[in-house]
Amino acid sequence: MRSRYAPILFFSAVVIAVQLLTFTTDRQQYLTQLTMTGYYSLVIVGLCMLMGYAGQISLGHAGFFAIGGYVSAFLTTYDLMQHKANPLIGLFSRAGLIVTVQDLYGGDALVFHPWAACIAAILVTVLISYVIGGPVLKLKGHYLAMATLGFGTIVYKIVIGTSFFGAADGLSDIPGFKLLPGLEVSGKTPVRIQNYYISWGMVALAMLLLTNLIHSRAGKALRAIHSAEDAANAMGVNTGRYKLNIFVLSAVFAAVGGVFLTHYNGGIGPSEASIMKSVRYVAIVAIGGMANLWGALSMGIILNFFSLRGYFGSYDDAVFGVILILIMLFAPEGLLRREVFQGAKKWLSGRRKTEGQKA
Amino acid sequence: MALGPPEDRGPKSVTILDVRNLNKRFGGLQAVGDVSFSVQQGSIKALIGPNGAGKTTLFNLLSGVLPPDSGTINFNSTEVQGMEPYQVAAKGMSRTFQHIRLFTHMTALENIMIGRHMHSRAGFFAGMLSLPWTRKEERSVRERALDIMSFLGIADFADTEATSLAYGQQRALELGRALACEPKLLLLDEPAAGLNMRETAEMAKMISRIRDTGITVLLVEHDMSLVMNISDEIVVLSYGQKIADDKPLAIQKNPEVIKVYLGEEHA
Repeated sequence: MRSRYAPILFFSAVVIAVQLLTFTTDRQQYLTQLTMTGYYSLVIVGLCMLMGYAGQISLGHAGFFAIGGYVSAFLTTYDLMQHKANPLIGLFSRAGLIVTVQDLYGGDALVFHPWAACIAAILVTVLISYVIGGPVLKLKGHYLAMATLGFGTIVYKIVIGTSFFGAADGLSDIPGFKLLPGLEVSGKTPVRIQNYYISWGMVALAMLLLTNLIHSRAGKALRAIHSAEDAANAMGVNTGRYKLNIFVLSAVFAAVGGVFLTHYNGGIGPSEASIMKSVRYVAIVAIGGMANLWGALSMGIILNFFSLRGYFGSYDDAVFGVILILIMLFAPEGLLRREVFQGAKKWLSGRRKTEGQKA
Repeated sequence: MALGPPEDRGPKSVTILDVRNLNKRFGGLQAVGDVSFSVQQGSIKALIGPNGAGKTTLFNLLSGVLPPDSGTINFNSTEVQGMEPYQVAAKGMSRTFQHIRLFTHMTALENIMIGRHMHSRAGFFAGMLSLPWTRKEERSVRERALDIMSFLGIADFADTEATSLAYGQQRALELGRALACEPKLLLLDEPAAGLNMRETAEMAKMISRIRDTGITVLLVEHDMSLVMNISDEIVVLSYGQKIADDKPLAIQKNPEVIKVYLGEEHA
């Protein structure tokens, strides 16, 4: 039973090894893209739970990522000074939710504390995903894909068309997120290594939570829904509620990724909400093997890192489109399926056994 | 091993399921027309009839897959018509499927553990945090599921992927999954479909054993040897109408039943 945590330990070791490698080979600039990749990986593993395990597709996850990022960016930059007289602002201020910061011109500005903004972003995401998920998850297959695509489009249109979200420019000058004293999510060079570990620490934590979930009662119910929804319902699983819960949970994973990446980058633009981003997430989960968290995570790391390093050049979006088409044509169950791993494991152990018999 | 709750093993005269004037129409087709019957607690009742008689539709109405157009389904003193399947299951009615509906990519044991879903409570947060009480609950669910697999004689296949089992074992597994729900009433939709004679005889024995543990059984079946051997009572449907409801021997002599099965000249 404990062996399910072995991959997480291995993963943590790899994370540390990569950091040491960038240090010894003097390629510390890679840490920036690696940190960003970590936050995108949160979206990937959350979407993998929804798609691979519960069998529900979402082509709107960039929308949830953007909701998280934009809510947090807006609340931590919007100056409340002019509303200072509002008793609600006073109340928030006394509760420590609102802090005074220096604006660009050296004057005082009243903005929400990043923690308050982060929690607000998560609450907004939960609310929106519940409202959207309720009716939308009654649909199946490509109808569900189209409905979530519609949701993604709406979020994109809203952020690109709203002036206080910075329209096409997005929001910038987002302050760092001081998680704890001495621990700050921001893109400043002195905290680069720290941020690498914050990002990948969160991915490791996400993997731990989701690994537990997969093996739990709820995880089994989700897998049952994936393979025979009517039978799961007949066995007493409230399939509608389970689908909604996993939809909300994976939306929250995406939103948390958005919140942290926005603080790390110091800004967010409408491209984060674009449909091509959603397609990219779906393509990565598909190539990773659908019901395979580690497969999706590893493909997400490789492809996002290459994309962020600019290896795909101007074909960036096209690469993910082509990947999706090829996967759907030739390996609709994904490349890194669990069966492939199990097959390899069986083959290896079988070989060891026969060798043992010979000896 | 006792599968049912002990308080259910009362005298046989108690009605556990009472169906009154049930109707279901699909467009111009009256799939179930004004059907009424009842099932006594602790008995095995069979539902037979030619193809298209409305047996599966009736099962779907009972288990909540379809809502009836009118009529009542009183199960264990609760009206369950119009409820969702998972709510009907929670009341103590669980079912198997004519075309096996096992969970693929899950082991046989995990399939049975899904049957224990209603009798455990760990949710998303408890599952993600893997709290001590959820791990304990998971262990007891696993043990109970293994007990059921032993009862059905398929415990050796606990870790085999469900869909790679032999057909007869898959049928047994479906039965086990339904039993794991601890039903008061078990609905079996053609439990012997696709089984050979020996397997059918084993299935008949198994169904009798399940009844002996105190679980009431209502089954749809085409295999007459199975139906006549184990049923206490039989309901015959034809074109959505009930044409007979009696003991097996009386059903065999019923001219109406002979007519729908063999044609006018045999009646």
